[in-house]
Amino acid sequence: MVTIFGVPTMALFGQLLIGLINGSFYALLSLGLAVIFGMLNIINFAHGAQYMLGAVAAYLLLNILGIGYWPALILAPLIVGAIGIVIERLFLQWLYKLDHLYGLLLTFGLALIIEGVGRNYLGTAGLPYTLPDSLRGGNNLGFMYLPNYRAWVIGVSLVVCFGTWFAIERTKLGAYLRAATENPTLVRAFGINVPRMITLTYGFGAALAAFAGVMAAPIYNVSPNMGSELIIVVFAVVVIGGMGSILGAILSGFGLGIIEGLTKVFYPEASNTVIFVVMAIVLLVRPAGLFGRGA
Amino acid sequence: MMEHAPLDKRFSVLGTTSQTIAFAVLAVILVTAPFFTYPLFLMECMCFGLFALAFNLLVGYVGLLSFGHALYFGWASYLSAEAAKNWGLSPELAILVGTATAALCGLVAGALAIRRQGIYFAMITLALAQMMYFVALRAKFTGGEDGIQAVPRGHLFGVIDISSNAAMYVVVLVIFLGGFLLIHRIIHSPFGEVLKAIRENEPRAISLGYKTDRYKLMAFVLSATLAGLAGATKALVVQIASLTDVYWPMSGEVVLMTLVGGLGTVFGPIVGAFVILTMQYKLAWIGQWVLVIQGVIFVVCVLLFRRGIVGEIAHRLRIKL
Repeated sequence: MVTIFGVPTMALFGQLLIGLINGSFYALLSLGLAVIFGMLNIINFAHGAQYMLGAVAAYLLLNILGIGYWPALILAPLIVGAIGIVIERLFLQWLYKLDHLYGLLLTFGLALIIEGVGRNYLGTAGLPYTLPDSLRGGNNLGFMYLPNYRAWVIGVSLVVCFGTWFAIERTKLGAYLRAATENPTLVRAFGINVPRMITLTYGFGAALAAFAGVMAAPIYNVSPNMGSELIIVVFAVVVIGGMGSILGAILSGFGLGIIEGLTKVFYPEASNTVIFVVMAIVLLVRPAGLFGRGA
Repeated sequence: MMEHAPLDKRFSVLGTTSQTIAFAVLAVILVTAPFFTYPLFLMECMCFGLFALAFNLLVGYVGLLSFGHALYFGWASYLSAEAAKNWGLSPELAILVGTATAALCGLVAGALAIRRQGIYFAMITLALAQMMYFVALRAKFTGGEDGIQAVPRGHLFGVIDISSNAAMYVVVLVIFLGGFLLIHRIIHSPFGEVLKAIRENEPRAISLGYKTDRYKLMAFVLSATLAGLAGATKALVVQIASLTDVYWPMSGEVVLMTLVGGLGTVFGPIVGAFVILTMQYKLAWIGQWVLVIQGVIFVVCVLLFRRGIVGEIAHRLRIKL
């Protein structure tokens, strides 16, 4: 058997693949957090809950209405995005003038509500989500076996991440968004409806989380607490990358997924904690984060 | 730098008159209450009250929101339980071991967390607490999902048997009131005044020559230590240390208690702890819905009731509480 540093290549590449998959979710979620933070100045603690809602929506669409994976990939984000818009109008819009911490506390409360309701109706055990037939199977690449669905998840995440980056950094709409982040009053003076942009941004962020949730459903089981643990790791990713840059969020998401995967191969005991350790080291060496612009 | 702190206001040990009266009422209630309700419940209330007071020291007076205080509470409770059960230490030493553990964790976590501000501070404290949760999950001595069970209360100073609830109640009462007075003293000391100055305007405090990072770290360590004192005591009260105490919902719970009682008020955290624990006991039968109710309380408090119970009373009566 071929080995690298005493580890069989199959195992190494297998874990690297899992790392990339996890990294896709870290990237998608930290991207959403960064976009929301940029516009609303709120850390969206409910992001994990919205990710979970996406997975649950896909599960319910399939098992109650018989609507499959492909439509769910569009429908679930639309549903959760709409919920996000309602949340912003009902709750978040009253907080913009207050200390940032209140936004964190309120969205934490929302996360508890969503997770609590989920636990009541779905239980805490994971519910399996069946893969669509078109994405079953896989290819043997010679050095490793690559399941089609995993390749699909990584590919789509990359496309969505860079699509978002392009939309924000290279289009006119993105220019409005960035301008409104810097100076909302001035942008309003130019006749642009900033409050509506803020609402839609939150809806988009929630939809992005839900999209990640639908993609996660066939890989991990659908369960009400799938979001809460993940969001804490994503917070660490955000601290490492800094929220100043979209590209930074994407790169640190994938990078940390890979680091986590490698840790599973070489020192499995630390695989749960390695991202937090990296965070501590980054705080010591570069307190502003790898891509941050000041604290 | 202490001598430069504003000293124009002279404080009695208990601050204002209204606070002295409120403290007297609190002491009377806590001394008489065990004759009317379950001592075990009251002891838990005091432990969580002290925990919330310690948390409030940081968020209410320095403006730093820690979302990871379960780390200090939970790890102190583990070490205190381990010391009492397996090292055969007497209860006061076991509590000391637990508290010292929390102080050490607070020193390390605090030194990392104060390198960033605001929202990042909250995320860093939460992430570090989650890391230590995983460590607790993996470590042998913590007993994983089972926790450390059947922790003996033992003999205080090796002499006084505190296995009965009555004896333990006195111990917890002394620790609670001592902790309260200490926190009160810290808040109203020149050191506390500097902390409030940092909360209001950190750049100005820096320009006045205060090394604000040192003050923040000191406040963090004090807060972690007192949270540890609460956790270490609780392990002996309920005679178990478990993963619940180090897991993130516990960090959220202490935030909730303080928010309900009143952020930055002297007595708010105690009232908040009592209200939330009472709710949990009364509503134990509705199971998972407790989580939903807690979420709703968070939302309502943030949107409509930011002063909290004690803060609102103090505001209406125009006194300091």
